[in-house]
Amino acid sequence: MPDTSKHLLFILAPLVVVFAVLPGVYQNHLLLFNFVIFLILAQGVNIIYGFTGYLPFGYVGFFGAGAYGFAIMVMHLQTPAPLAVLVGGVVAVALGLLLTPLLRLSGAYFAIANLAASLAVLHFVANPALENITKGPYGVSLTGTFNPTDAYYAAIAVLALTLGGVVYLKNSAFGLALQAVREDAVSASMAGVNVVKMRVIAWLASALVAGLAGGIYAWYVSVFYPDNVFSSDFSIFAIVFALFGGVATIIGPIVGVLILYGIYNLIGFTTPQYFQLIYGLLIMGLVLFLPAGLVSLATRRGWNVP
Amino acid sequence: MSPETKPILTVSRLVKRFGGFYALDGLSFHVVPGEILGLVGPNGSGKTTAINVISGLYAPDDGEVAFDGAQAGGIASHRLVHRGINRTFQVPKPFLSLTVRENIQVALAYGHAAGHAAATPPSMAELLDEYRLKEVADRPAADLNSAQQKMLDLTRALATRPRLLLLDELAAGLNPAELDWIAGRIKALAATGMAIIVVEHLMGFIEQITDRVIVLNAGKEIFEGTLATAVREPQVIEVFLGGEHAA
Ligand SMILES: Nc1ncnc2c1ncn2[C@@H]1O[C@H](COP(=O)(O)OP(=O)(O)OP(=O)(O)O)[C@@H](O)[C@H]1O
Ligand SMILES: [Mg+2]
Repeated sequence: MPDTSKHLLFILAPLVVVFAVLPGVYQNHLLLFNFVIFLILAQGVNIIYGFTGYLPFGYVGFFGAGAYGFAIMVMHLQTPAPLAVLVGGVVAVALGLLLTPLLRLSGAYFAIANLAASLAVLHFVANPALENITKGPYGVSLTGTFNPTDAYYAAIAVLALTLGGVVYLKNSAFGLALQAVREDAVSASMAGVNVVKMRVIAWLASALVAGLAGGIYAWYVSVFYPDNVFSSDFSIFAIVFALFGGVATIIGPIVGVLILYGIYNLIGFTTPQYFQLIYGLLIMGLVLFLPAGLVSLATRRGWNVP
Repeated sequence: MSPETKPILTVSRLVKRFGGFYALDGLSFHVVPGEILGLVGPNGSGKTTAINVISGLYAPDDGEVAFDGAQAGGIASHRLVHRGINRTFQVPKPFLSLTVRENIQVALAYGHAAGHAAATPPSMAELLDEYRLKEVADRPAADLNSAQQKMLDLTRALATRPRLLLLDELAAGLNPAELDWIAGRIKALAATGMAIIVVEHLMGFIEQITDRVIVLNAGKEIFEGTLATAVREPQVIEVFLGGEHAA
């Protein structure tokens, strides 16, 4: 069986099925929803960081743009929710296009500029002068489209799409070329790869994924403020989860989300007083001892990790 | 090689500046298909810079590069690769975390533009076999020694089916047996009609494989002809004895 089918059958399908049936047996639906959202965002980070090396510290900018794209469509045009989610994705891609000049930067400069860009978008959206359009700092209330069940399944659909995209990257010449660009852009161009085009495609793909997730998040919660959907927690969590598991693989970010977000909720419920401490120590340990993520425990032994 | 053969590459009065410093200062030369041209000169004379400009890494500040009769100066590298120019790097630049096989795969997949009907590309198996990379094919490029990394640079270039190949100190660091072997490979490539420019400090190697040499000093050509004549030229002797690489 070709690797692509294997990955779709043994990674994507089980994950999607498990999350599709879990609401029937587990009561905390909001938690399940958050898991799905972070699985999407961690894979979005994987696409841009794992495959091209750009660390998107302002990744939440796309998420928030998607949420507000959704809200504006619903508030002003009474768009049906699924269509408004797609618009959220388009808005994020448009923002991504606007930010393509950032790709000229590298390393920490890119990360910082991206963070600044996401803050700029937040302040733009939260500007009281735009109250007529975005409701400014006062937040939006979208009771008309409120439907957590549909929103949850939409999130699973986007997760499947995102994972499908990552499976493609992992198994295609296109994904290989992206990694080549990440390793050495000059050599990649000598292999005939159009470096700028590849970077822009990966950047927009990761923006799309976050925008769709943001739109679905808005659909699910229906009431939110700019600070909620532009919270840098989303960027940081998604990055930490992806790195913890190991980027440039399919399962790394999945493992990262399941373990870290699982622990996060576990400590949060049981011993909230130690929460920050334990979480902080865990992340420090990771960076010090496993900089290439959990999957590197296997790759170091020469095992091939999908 | 007949003198009527049309050059595949013509470089005219090429200038490349870094700040106020002229790394190339009016360099002109040409190379014809099937020819192996040596590019020699002391450290810092502009050899690598010439290769960088011809392969599209730097845009020239003045002068012209014509490849196959069409303007090639200042065009993006990947486009030039698709038109048939490729190169190796003085310090090899493989994709370190990718396996040897994946390194070559990228070039096989992206090395030629769609619709460009040229010769059939070399196969992965051929490349791995001919450049002694078969045993390490599934190891990350980071595991290779420097000679193997040079061969990987070369196979990546060859996977794109170049008609002009620029070799920047490919032989440096190879042992005598490897030198003989790679000299044979380079000659075999030229025999297929590929034009090859060889930058090298090892004069014995240059002697063995080149038809003609250009001697560069301070970004300018100071001699053009066979190596045997070059070493009798007072100006050439002076720049070489003045530099650290006495021939
Ligand atoms: N990117 C750059 N920025 C500034 N100066 C440069 C750059 N590249 C090359 N130079 C300078 O241009 C001159 C020519 O360098 P080049 O690398 O072309 O020499 P070379 O003939 O290849 O030397 P070597 O035999 O040591 O490899 C040197 O003085 C070098 O310092
Ligand atoms: Mg050099």
